[in-house]
Amino acid sequence: MSNAGEWLRGEGPHHQVVVSSRVRLARNLRNRAFPGHAKKAERTAVLELIKPCVEQLPEMQDSFSEFLQDLSALEKQVLVERHLISREHAAKSSGSAVIMNRRQTLSIMINEEDHLRMQSMRSGLQLKQAFKLLDKIDTALEGDLEFAYDHRLGYLTACPTNVGTGMRASAMLHLPGLVLSELINQVVQAVSKIGLAVRGLYGEGTEAMGNLFQISNQTTLGEKEDEIITRLTKVIETIIQKEHDARQVLIQKKSNTLWDQIGRAYGVLTYAHAMSSKEALNLLSIIKLGIDLGAFPEDKRLAIDELFIDTQPAHLQRSSQQKLSAEERDHLRAQIIRTRLKVLPKPDISKLVKEAGNGSSPEPTEQ
Amino acid sequence: MLCDVCKCNDATVFLTQIIEGKMQKVNLCDACSKEKGVQDPTGFALADLLLGIGAAEEIEKGAATQRCPVCGFTQADFKKTGRLGCSACYATFTEALTALLKAMHKGTSHVGKVPHRAHRAIELSDRMRNLNESLQKAVAEENYETAASLRDQIKQLEGESTR
Repeated sequence: MSNAGEWLRGEGPHHQVVVSSRVRLARNLRNRAFPGHAKKAERTAVLELIKPCVEQLPEMQDSFSEFLQDLSALEKQVLVERHLISREHAAKSSGSAVIMNRRQTLSIMINEEDHLRMQSMRSGLQLKQAFKLLDKIDTALEGDLEFAYDHRLGYLTACPTNVGTGMRASAMLHLPGLVLSELINQVVQAVSKIGLAVRGLYGEGTEAMGNLFQISNQTTLGEKEDEIITRLTKVIETIIQKEHDARQVLIQKKSNTLWDQIGRAYGVLTYAHAMSSKEALNLLSIIKLGIDLGAFPEDKRLAIDELFIDTQPAHLQRSSQQKLSAEERDHLRAQIIRTRLKVLPKPDISKLVKEAGNGSSPEPTEQ
Repeated sequence: MLCDVCKCNDATVFLTQIIEGKMQKVNLCDACSKEKGVQDPTGFALADLLLGIGAAEEIEKGAATQRCPVCGFTQADFKKTGRLGCSACYATFTEALTALLKAMHKGTSHVGKVPHRAHRAIELSDRMRNLNESLQKAVAEENYETAASLRDQIKQLEGESTR
């Protein structure tokens, strides 16, 4: 668990815009109180029933399997920052557990809001592949466990918003172009109208930081799993195109603003001595955009992607091996960024200027 | 414009709420707005915030004292938490939930994955029904040889389903 999982190493399809894809399934045991309503003994009984079944899955060989009460607050927070457990699950203690594979591409929470919350993560846009693995896990588990299922309503879940497929598919999108050209609200509104949800970095009710947005299906009843995923994938592909278009328009029409943003982000990140995690994410996002546009060398991408995670509060505290005050964290964060960015050369906008000058546009073409 | 809640009085209070970046507009008459506690935004029921305006009202329509026989959950608990107590609650509170689910989702019936167990159960019950129908027909036609064979098949199937 020392390093972030492979799904965070942006190499998947459309990785310039789609950071990661994730699918989760909610399942419950028949006629057993849901975790939120169950008494402690019932929760423990359910946990003892489910945990061995999950651990014996071939995909979970050599897995990381822990009871929540055995994890420190810091360890839980590290898992939240890597999106391996939910914030809600991190608040749990005895009677709950988490099991994840070594590659950190598969994570199963026991007794979160539902008895089972299983999720599969991939880098880039790979919702279909993420679902395929999860579907296999689900089928394997239903051989040993009797899931709560109704012929009319499908899989029954603690919250009626998840009933039916119990599936939530989502992708994390990096949309600096749409944010800088102030088109993001239009996109968010359009997406909300077609039954999809847009959220911030850590899901429900969280702020959008670092120009990162999570888009997911809102409804789970009345549509097949693969239909939901196909629909979501199509919408995401449209947003990717819009993001590329917005970037091209910025290069052509607002190049000064763009160079200014990239230059400032570089300047502040390489010279600042105190930085909040929000500021870090926002500036790193601009550097990431700079790499996409060719202002920084491509081989520095991984270093920047890693900073997105490594500058989060719990990851910082873990690396310093002590509890830090907010002020100490801001200093340490700035220090880590300065050190790691030593390898990053000054922004080279010559390629961009050429593009803006002769009006030629690389793939994808401007509309 | 009529009130969205009572649908009989003219709306005088126009409420716009932005929840998670999603705009919701509700038009209410004077009486309904007072009753809903619109003057006091903290007075909204959690179910309303979670499931859209009027949800708490829908839930209340059912018998408020009803209790889930499996887990002891009540409608009041649901109204408070927005979560159900166990899978059997869906059958217990079906009346109140039907309208909610309809408003919340794309459809009212599940069309996705079916677990193998459920699949097998459906298959068995379909076969059982067919056999019973054939048996009645055979008896009515005084075709006793066929009836005896059908009865054996039914017995065998009963054995399978209880396994």
